[in-house]
Amino acid sequence: MFSLGLTGLLVRRNLIFVLMSLEVMLNAAGLAFVVAGSRWHQADGQVMFVFILAMAAAEVAVGLALVLQIYHRFKSLDVDAISEMRG
Amino acid sequence: MINWLWLIPALPFFSATLLILFGSSLPRRAVAAVGVGSIGLSALVTGLIAIGFVTAPPAGHAFTQILWTWMSVAGFEPQVGLYLDALSLVMLLVVTFVGFLIHIYAAEFMIEDESYSRYFAYMNLFVASMITLLLGNNLLLLLLGWEGVGLCSYLLIGFWYRDPANGRAARKAFIVTRVGDCAMMVALFLLFTQLGTLEIQDLMHRASVQWPSGSTWALAAALLLIGGAAGKSAQVPLQVWLPDAMAGPTPTSALIHAATMVTAGVYLIARTHVLFSLAPAAQLAVAVVGAATLLLAGFSALTQHDIKRILAYSTISQIGYMFLALGVGAWQAAMFHFFTHAFFKALLFLGAGVIINAVDDEHSIFKMGGLRRELPVAFWTFLAGGCALAGLPFLTAGFFSKDLIIWQAWSAEGGHPALWVAGMLGAGLTSLYTFRLVFRVFFGPLGTPVTKRPGLAMKVPLVILAVLAIVAGYLKAPLLAFLHSALPATIEARAGRLTETGSEAIAGLLFLVGLYLAYVFHLQKRSLADSLVANPIGQALDQWWFAGWGFDWIYDKVFVQPFIWAANVNKGDFVDAFYTGVGRAADVSYRWLSSTETGRVRWYATAMAAGSVLFIAMVYLIAKVWFV
Amino acid sequence: MELIFYIAGAVAVISTIVMLTRLNLTHALLYLIVSLLAVAVDFFALGAPFAAALEAIVYAGAIMVLFLFVVMMLNTGRQATESERQWLTPGIWTGPVILTCILMIEVLYLARTASASLGTGATGPKEVGIALFGPYLIGVELASMLLLAGLVGAYHLGIRKNEKTETLEVQHDALTDERRTDTGGDLVLAGTDGSARAA
Repeated sequence: MFSLGLTGLLVRRNLIFVLMSLEVMLNAAGLAFVVAGSRWHQADGQVMFVFILAMAAAEVAVGLALVLQIYHRFKSLDVDAISEMRG
Repeated sequence: MINWLWLIPALPFFSATLLILFGSSLPRRAVAAVGVGSIGLSALVTGLIAIGFVTAPPAGHAFTQILWTWMSVAGFEPQVGLYLDALSLVMLLVVTFVGFLIHIYAAEFMIEDESYSRYFAYMNLFVASMITLLLGNNLLLLLLGWEGVGLCSYLLIGFWYRDPANGRAARKAFIVTRVGDCAMMVALFLLFTQLGTLEIQDLMHRASVQWPSGSTWALAAALLLIGGAAGKSAQVPLQVWLPDAMAGPTPTSALIHAATMVTAGVYLIARTHVLFSLAPAAQLAVAVVGAATLLLAGFSALTQHDIKRILAYSTISQIGYMFLALGVGAWQAAMFHFFTHAFFKALLFLGAGVIINAVDDEHSIFKMGGLRRELPVAFWTFLAGGCALAGLPFLTAGFFSKDLIIWQAWSAEGGHPALWVAGMLGAGLTSLYTFRLVFRVFFGPLGTPVTKRPGLAMKVPLVILAVLAIVAGYLKAPLLAFLHSALPATIEARAGRLTETGSEAIAGLLFLVGLYLAYVFHLQKRSLADSLVANPIGQALDQWWFAGWGFDWIYDKVFVQPFIWAANVNKGDFVDAFYTGVGRAADVSYRWLSSTETGRVRWYATAMAAGSVLFIAMVYLIAKVWFV
Repeated sequence: MELIFYIAGAVAVISTIVMLTRLNLTHALLYLIVSLLAVAVDFFALGAPFAAALEAIVYAGAIMVLFLFVVMMLNTGRQATESERQWLTPGIWTGPVILTCILMIEVLYLARTASASLGTGATGPKEVGIALFGPYLIGVELASMLLLAGLVGAYHLGIRKNEKTETLEVQHDALTDERRTDTGGDLVLAGTDGSARAA
């Protein structure tokens, strides 16, 4: 799942897709934690998953706000179009 | 009294230091007082010591004064020691006394120059180094003085350094003498490794004991010493620097390049005469070099226009006579000629300085004329010096010394008729070019008008030297006897059909022939001289001799051009390439790295992914390697 | 139980793959929601009901809904689909796929252990709650601060410009145009633009 998310991140050019792939990756990480926790019958895995979830939520909020700003400024959602910090 | 020997080099060293440090803030009078006074005091001390030495000679006719041990390295302990015997005393007297007169002259000659104190500092340093050279009791101290005079020669030739031509002349002098110096240093290495000491008297003793006559070590050492002497004394093949050295101020030319420094080579050979006695082939080489040089320089002097260059070639020629004398084993004759030559050559140079100053820096003799009425003192003293140089019979010192050499070139054990012929021919040439100079400059219609006349400080030394040039000849017998204590007597081998008086008569005749020819070509019918030069053979010879028999041209083609070519080829050499390569590598890597900063998110993400792939692989592999 | 796990896992993976290849943004979002719900079922099959509930409520419910809102707000519509068609050439997949495959293989290789058995018994909300209020208390506090920061940041960044800030922006644009001729770097520009917009 993580690899799929990574692939999506590298391939897609639409900013929203990039964020979605990011979500997939986070989800995959959380899945890994929960599986580990359930293996040893401890709550820690789920606790980590809760934290990841919180973090994902915050990140999505901020990220989408940024998406809105970028769309207003650049009038497009192309990731390559916002590459102004060039060497 | 004789214990004051150390004062003789110390006083000029001290005054040189004083002038270097404080000279620019002293008034001119003070500078002159210090500069001239120190040499005067040295001359005074030398005179007093000489009187003491002659009247009550020390044991073995030699006196050694050790000042301190210079260094002590692995059993090699040269000392700073002064060795006084007849040879060094005679030379010391000449150097200090003539030096004193020249310094008095220079005090007025250089009065308008802005670097007055620098001049006297250098001149004093020179005299100090020369005295060290003469008094050194070991070859290392002699080498120190040798290098010192070479340095001062460079500094003084290039004294007016703002003109690049002077700098070039100074560099040429230094580099050419350096070639000789390298040969001499190799000789020192050889002597030390073979004989174990550099202290001269000890060295000569060990050489005579350890090396048989004709030994290759002696031959090698002697030949290398000849190389050094030829360099410093401007003999063939290292004579090319002296004519160009006339770029320096005239008192310098008088002191260094006439009377003292150029005779250092003669002194060296005379000091190490034991080596040359052990290597007859080397001694013959000295004679041949001397003969070749005296003829070569004589012919060249005949074609020069610049008054100082004529005198320079004349100096080369006269030192050739000294080398000739050394080569045939006429040690005392060589020193006697040195003695007289110092007086009249210094006189001629100082006179030339007066003339050049008077006609507003004009150097060419063809542009001068009729100066005998304008500059009477200069005329009579110059005439005296010129006659001495040409060898006016019985009246001048040059006659006695030069003819002694020519006679012994025939009669001495190492002599040979061919050498005698060369000497005679040289004498004729000397007379010819000397009177060419005299007639062109002093006689005939007035050329360039006279603007400045010499003052007293310039006239008095001229007069004194003129008197000496005449009188010194009569000191022949006592001087030779005195030198006998330091140098071996000349063995007269061949008498044959010629006697000494016969030889002298022929020399006197050649003097008159030269005088007459000069009169004809340069006074009476000057057009004859012009037509001689206009004819094609005459013109070719004239140009060839003018250029010093092409030595400069040969050296340029063989040494200078290839060196410049090699230096140019090496301009972008690999060491440089290394350093510029570092710069370029930094530049390339900068460009490469900055191109990875694209600003694109996906590119960065890819980079991170690839990085993590590599990293995980690395960690795994390292862990596997380490913990297995 | 195991069968459910594997089926839900397969659904999740396939749904993700499909999501990645969609041209229409909204379709992709919906496929993502399906994937997340499948993962929630997975959690349930693993005996982590609390996690499953959270996944469904927060992740699929809140976060994805947020995505949907934004997509609809931007309202790019047909134009976006067209541009996606242009961008998504077949050749573009090769590099990343190879890279991520290598990564996946590496991670799987490193993580290989004895086979996992699906544990019996569920770790219910009670245990999670005890853990959260116990040893992981600081984490909880930090997460709350993170959420606060996210809230404030999102609010700040989301402010739309109106007429007052537009004139200010025009002036500031002129200035930044000047500054753009220096090689001051975009870092400088980013700061000024943000502050201008924020006002």
